[in-house]
Amino acid sequence: MEYFDFVVNEIHGLRIQELQEHKKSGGKVIGAFCVFVPEEIVRAAGGICIGLCSGIEIGTAEAEKVLPRNICPLIKSFMGFKLAKVCPYFESCDMVVGETTCDGKKKAFEILNDYVPVHVMETPQTKKERDSALWLEEVKDFARLVQEHTGQNITASSLANSIREVNEKRRALLRLAELRKNDPAPISGKDSLLIEQIAMYDDVSRFTAKVNELCDELEQKVRVQEGVFPAGTPRVIVTGTPMAIPNWKVPHIIETSGAVIVAEELCTGLRYFENEVSEGAGDVESMLKNIAGRYLGINCAVFTPNTGRVERLVELVKDYKADGVIHCALSFCDPYAVEANRVEKVLKEENIPLLKIETGYDQEDAGQLKTRVEAFIEMLG
Amino acid sequence: MYAGIDIGSRTIGLVGLSGGRVEIKELLDTGFEPLDKARQLVSEKYRRVIATGYGRHSARADFAHGVITEIKAHALGASHLFPGARTVLDIGGQDTKVILLNDKGVVVDFQMNDRCSAGTGKFLDVMAGALGYASVAECGEAALTGRGGIRISSMCTVFAESEAVSLMHKGANRADIALALHASVVERAAGMLQRVNYQPPLVFTGGVANNRCIVTLLADKLGVEILLPPEPQLVGALGAALAACNQNNKANNPG
Repeated sequence: MEYFDFVVNEIHGLRIQELQEHKKSGGKVIGAFCVFVPEEIVRAAGGICIGLCSGIEIGTAEAEKVLPRNICPLIKSFMGFKLAKVCPYFESCDMVVGETTCDGKKKAFEILNDYVPVHVMETPQTKKERDSALWLEEVKDFARLVQEHTGQNITASSLANSIREVNEKRRALLRLAELRKNDPAPISGKDSLLIEQIAMYDDVSRFTAKVNELCDELEQKVRVQEGVFPAGTPRVIVTGTPMAIPNWKVPHIIETSGAVIVAEELCTGLRYFENEVSEGAGDVESMLKNIAGRYLGINCAVFTPNTGRVERLVELVKDYKADGVIHCALSFCDPYAVEANRVEKVLKEENIPLLKIETGYDQEDAGQLKTRVEAFIEMLG
Repeated sequence: MYAGIDIGSRTIGLVGLSGGRVEIKELLDTGFEPLDKARQLVSEKYRRVIATGYGRHSARADFAHGVITEIKAHALGASHLFPGARTVLDIGGQDTKVILLNDKGVVVDFQMNDRCSAGTGKFLDVMAGALGYASVAECGEAALTGRGGIRISSMCTVFAESEAVSLMHKGANRADIALALHASVVERAAGMLQRVNYQPPLVFTGGVANNRCIVTLLADKLGVEILLPPEPQLVGALGAALAACNQNNKANNPG
């Protein structure tokens, strides 16, 4: 864990230096906000892909000059970061890639484009065959654009390589996730979330190696039944909107109220690393097809219906032996706040306790949230 | 003797239990140094003190042996006073809670207001002040004499206050406005109860349960009997005291 604590302490130091060195030698940095942006393509063209943070209230006054006051805090945060020019990652980006996973972001990217070049990938709203065709075109356009941008061609071997690298990162994260099925849990939800957040901006192969090292240590702990909380601690799965770095608000409340988080059914969690891109294709065309297929499998609330998410959630509750689920939606996030009803309906049928929370990045509701979370955990215990 | 202490936003209540009987009951205004006030109420004579309410964690850090949430505390207290109760409505100084119980009195679900004080004791407090009544009690009594017909549309304490002020400027009767404000609290509480498909018997706890106007309006609105504890503000402390007693029994008879 020391490595990840070091990385987050050095969030505005070492990694930024690496990005600057990459840029000095002619490399490009491409920023993204969403797990739909295929990192493999950026890497295959010699670029670095980083997830931009938007998990804190910052530059609000600046952001409100161009955005309405009542809007998702994540959108307000990224706009605030850019307008106040306070994020060295954002400032390192040669291009930012947006997507259409919600109306707020979609329209905000038009505004963001005034300050940094933004390319928007159209994520479909359903998962029909024609949506797969549309998404494949979007992926191909993206590949073309990235090559123009970096001036490097994507070759069958560079793409095969990046597919393998990113899959290895996913595998390491999945290995970590699997270890959390044990009771006592060998690692806290807060530490796991931090690792999942760092996954989006750290150097891919170094990160993968470090996660695997951590898993070796944790396997040792599992063997001697050593956990971060005593065995029998109520186990919770969190689901809902992404928790972008440094948003640890709800996980902190949960894990200081007598429960342990054993999985994140979030974009900063399982949705980011479940499912791999199939390897073994021989040409760029088929590889892009495999990439498009993997990403379209993500259970984002932008899709209608999004039954895959709830089915997966029920499976996770069983696999991770969870006692309950906490649904966290960011304020003003219509897709997840509305979909919470679908989640509630199915979990009720399955007799799985659920707590629904809607909250932003402010701390004004921390007292009430703590009472609600504690009461929910009392119910589980 | 076992004690439960409920450190809320407006009042601090303590209940002392001995041999399953309530021996001590205390209720103080929270004031500005809640922990000091709370400390005055506890003493050596209690074998175990369980804290609940907003100040529960500070109390545990200081003198209490354990904590439970207000939700569990009100559930325990209400089921003790009214065995077989299936729903508890608790309207306190800054929170409204609806707690659903199974036939054994165990919490199965609950709802709680998110962050603002709309429809709570604080709301009635601010409104009583805006209308120039000396106390919430006086405002509640006046509201009972009010005539219907006015509707306060805002749930927000700040907006509702300006609505009440503008009604006064238009010449509306004070008691009528008071009635409308009470009705808006009832509207909100009833909505919360209906959203979770509450089941009677329904127990009403918290300081607002002392308000006769609210109780009357709520009973009319829901069309069910409302069970009122003799001291609604002490139900949380009673629940915590029962928890203190239970935990002690469990510790002595493991398994």
